[in-house]
Amino acid sequence: MSELVFYLLAAITVLCALGVITRPNPVHSALFLVMTLFMLAVFYIILEAHLVAALQIIVYAGAVMVLFLFVITLLNLKGDPDEPAHPLLRIVAYAVAATLAAGVAIVLMGDAGVVPGGAGAGAVLAEGFGGTRALARILFTDYLVAFELTSVLLLVAVVGAVVLAQREPVAEAPLTETGEDA
Amino acid sequence: MVGPAHFMALSAALFFIGAAGVATRRNIVVIFMSVELMLNAANLAFVAVARGLGTMEGQVIVFFVMTLAAAEAAVGLAVILAMFRNRQTVDAGEISLLKW
Amino acid sequence: MNPLPLNLLPPGADYAAVMPLLWAFAAAVLVLIAEMFWPYRSRRGVGWLTIAALLAIAVLGRAPSEAVYFGPIALDGFSGWCNGLLCLVAALSVLMSLDTLEVNGVTRGEYYPLLLFAVAGGMVMAAATDLVVMFLGLETMSMAVYVLAGMGKARRRSNEASLKYFLLGAFASAFMLYGIALLYSQAGSTDLAAMAGLAGEGGTSAVTRLGAALLLVGFGFKIAAVPFHLWAPDVYEGAPSPVTAFMATVVKAAAFAALLRSVLLAMPWVAGELQTPLWVAAAATMTVGNLAALRQRSLKRMLAFSSVAHTGYLAMAVVAGTSEAAAALLFYLAAYAAMNLGAFAVMMLLADRGRPAENISDLAGLGRARPLAALAMTVCMLSLTGIPPLGGFVAKVSLFGAVLDAGFYTLVVVAVLNSVLSAAYYLGVIRAMYFDDADSVAAGGASAASRVLPSRPALTVSILLAALAVVLIGLSPSPLLGSSLRALASVAGF
Repeated sequence: MSELVFYLLAAITVLCALGVITRPNPVHSALFLVMTLFMLAVFYIILEAHLVAALQIIVYAGAVMVLFLFVITLLNLKGDPDEPAHPLLRIVAYAVAATLAAGVAIVLMGDAGVVPGGAGAGAVLAEGFGGTRALARILFTDYLVAFELTSVLLLVAVVGAVVLAQREPVAEAPLTETGEDA
Repeated sequence: MVGPAHFMALSAALFFIGAAGVATRRNIVVIFMSVELMLNAANLAFVAVARGLGTMEGQVIVFFVMTLAAAEAAVGLAVILAMFRNRQTVDAGEISLLKW
Repeated sequence: MNPLPLNLLPPGADYAAVMPLLWAFAAAVLVLIAEMFWPYRSRRGVGWLTIAALLAIAVLGRAPSEAVYFGPIALDGFSGWCNGLLCLVAALSVLMSLDTLEVNGVTRGEYYPLLLFAVAGGMVMAAATDLVVMFLGLETMSMAVYVLAGMGKARRRSNEASLKYFLLGAFASAFMLYGIALLYSQAGSTDLAAMAGLAGEGGTSAVTRLGAALLLVGFGFKIAAVPFHLWAPDVYEGAPSPVTAFMATVVKAAAFAALLRSVLLAMPWVAGELQTPLWVAAAATMTVGNLAALRQRSLKRMLAFSSVAHTGYLAMAVVAGTSEAAAALLFYLAAYAAMNLGAFAVMMLLADRGRPAENISDLAGLGRARPLAALAMTVCMLSLTGIPPLGGFVAKVSLFGAVLDAGFYTLVVVAVLNSVLSAAYYLGVIRAMYFDDADSVAAGGASAASRVLPSRPALTVSILLAALAVVLIGLSPSPLLGSSLRALASVAGF
């Protein structure tokens, strides 16, 4: 891939990410986040992670972001623009973040071999790299335990979300001790 | 020539943009979005390293992070909803306890 | 391409290694289902079922004499020891919550299964030999605790505690994950076995150090170390008291167990490469925690800052990085859990018109109204200060001694000075219980007897059990100390 294309795509991604954190309207932030997630899916395809790219769009840009927009509309945040933090804090935070990002980026792109593959083409890939079959093979063997753990994680999240989001039936919820047969 | 190192550098930029968002924003939903940005930066790093090494491990880890992000979104938005029921605000500065 | 092999298990996998985790998750699901069908009026039956399950897992989770592995899960002496600690401490915290959930605004029975899920996540953290699996265990635990902190749904403080814990927890997870990504880029794997090799002849690479630092930042949030402790007092104060007790003991123990296995043991170079920042963080954590605790009038908030201070003492073991210090850390965790649970249990005894009473002044007159509970509180406070012959004293002596042996004299001096400082507020609690009675009644305050909850046998029993544990650990520390040494010796490759 030519450097020009990469830098163009990277610039778009960074601008979208900056849009997420600078737009006062949360709906705009959410839409910029969707754009960023789409751009990442493009990078995943360039990096030969085809299944991950598809999941990125279906799960992340699709399901997760719909949840975000749902809550924003449910809470009616549209007419409630977010007052920025103290301008000085903002400038300091942006400056620190920019310095750290530049520093880390310079280290990562510095000497050859800091990152595997470095600035070269990367390793020679096996056939089917990044496809469903190759991912499933390693997911259900080496990462079997982690896979099962994510199922527990999702169960906890479902129970937790129901517990917190469900409206409390008033009659069933005695707040005083007298409600309990102590 | 563009290689995994370039993608790692981009991921570092996204990560710190997200961190800056958490530090400067007061709207809780936007703070949460900034955290999602940071998780995605880590995902890009994992995929870039997987490409550099020619192994699939990094991509499988991204699969787990996506699951985690979905679970976190469900719980996080339920937490925000529960608080909104009692307080009618999502401004972090309005919440007396939220001082950072 | 070949079809998938029929046997999906990783090579050398032994089911025995994951059985404790399977029991724990099965128990959580069982309690979740049981809770659905349990009649509301006798909801505490679910609590007893939870306690029984935790005790059973503590027994079933013991390690076999030979370590067994199932892919990235190890059942060796270390994870066996941690399983026991997490389950027993969690059982005690459930016992004290049986009587106190309602008064703290927790009306839903999902408290019990979520607590079991959190314990199971903690067990995964202690057993994982892969950073990704450790991270997923941590997230399972955290996710459950985010919800637990918000279970006083009708109370704003609880909502805010849950929200703050969630936002900062997710932020910390992102740091940790990025750290794991950087370490993965250097080691080519997330397996802990690959991490030790990251230190070459010329030390570690800058990316490795950054990755380890980000991982430690993530842990720093979870254990509430300065400067990442800012959430702790607010979250501890806002969460329902039984949940706070659980967070200050079980969650902290699980985070330290993971820190021990994933960083201290697997990356021995961390203690050397990041020595100065770790040193400063440990010293700052104990000092900030103690100084802030001095100023608190709320007992709950004071205990939160005291918990930060104890994180500072515990973090010294990470600075020292020796196996003796690590063993002392395990021992300290057990002693700390007992004395802290005792203190929280006595606090939960107090209520004012159906609301929890959480100020130090609310303790006034407890010495006369409830002599036994006041005595237990005295024991816990003296132990937290580090007065012999109680558990806290032995824990401090063994930890400070191990850090001294590693050559960190100044740090130990700071810790000792901090312990002296902490006496001021711990002894203030004792003074409030025994000597402040007359003043408060004269000033028109309610007498202590009216603030104490009516007879609560389960809570009383848990107070006595905690105090008994503190005394026993202090009087005969050698079995526990020996078992923690053996637990560490069993970790492969250390």
